[in-house]
Amino acid sequence: MITLTHYMVVSAALFCIGLYVILSKKNAVQILIGIELMLNAAILNLVAFSRFDKVNNSGQSFALFTIVLAAASTAVALAIVLNVYRRYKTIDPGKVNQLKD
Amino acid sequence: MSFVTIVFYLMAFIALASALYVAASKNLVRSVFMFFVTLFALAGLYVLSLADFVAVTQVVVYVGGILVLILFAFMLSGRETLGGLQQVKNRLLAVNQVPALVLAIAFFAVLITIVFKANVNHLNWLQLAVAQHNVITPEIITINNLGVNLMTNYLLPFEAISILLLMALVGAAHLARKEDVV
Repeated sequence: MITLTHYMVVSAALFCIGLYVILSKKNAVQILIGIELMLNAAILNLVAFSRFDKVNNSGQSFALFTIVLAAASTAVALAIVLNVYRRYKTIDPGKVNQLKD
Repeated sequence: MSFVTIVFYLMAFIALASALYVAASKNLVRSVFMFFVTLFALAGLYVLSLADFVAVTQVVVYVGGILVLILFAFMLSGRETLGGLQQVKNRLLAVNQVPALVLAIAFFAVLITIVFKANVNHLNWLQLAVAQHNVITPEIITINNLGVNLMTNYLLPFEAISILLLMALVGAAHLARKEDVV
């Protein structure tokens, strides 16, 4: 039987890969992908623990909420990326150094 | 070693390998498409953890929504970003990525230590759940119970997340609108 430790190790590895992507990439879209990887690691933990909650389904419900939250944040972040590209002609977050016009 | 265990290891390997490829690839398009593979393998892991509905939602929302959105923004963001990515030196690990790698590996070590020290398989509430037969087994269909719970126990978070999704979509449409004066 697959134990919870297996799921948590996979989730930790996925979270750290996401962290590395966020820290090292020079492209806003790739950083967004890193954030999605970290959210997926969190969802994997929620789902793995939800097997032990048949009555309330708390893990699965909050996994669904997290997926919706990821969708909302991606929509806003991509709109911001498009705006930043229109202003600065680059989507490297290291080169965007001011928030005003 | 049962069939389920083999499938679990296979799915976990696919997920981690494609996530590593996302992290290592210099080509943005390739990393976006390998992110597809990661999401599908994660949906398989959710199925193995007996959460079918979450797996289906993962495929519908992430692969159908978020990845199409990422590709759409990527195609709109112009040719210069594509051109700039092609000329990166073809080394496996640039010097300026070493701190990120060190931090990620150190954080992974911390997380693994915590996971093994927490002894998650013998937590009190888990053993209570096993004793009370509160564990989901493969024969049980959970979708009915999940729907009832969403409409009773979790009604407030459900409404809050729907309002938040509406606000985020209206805000995204407002932000992405073409302005006359830049």
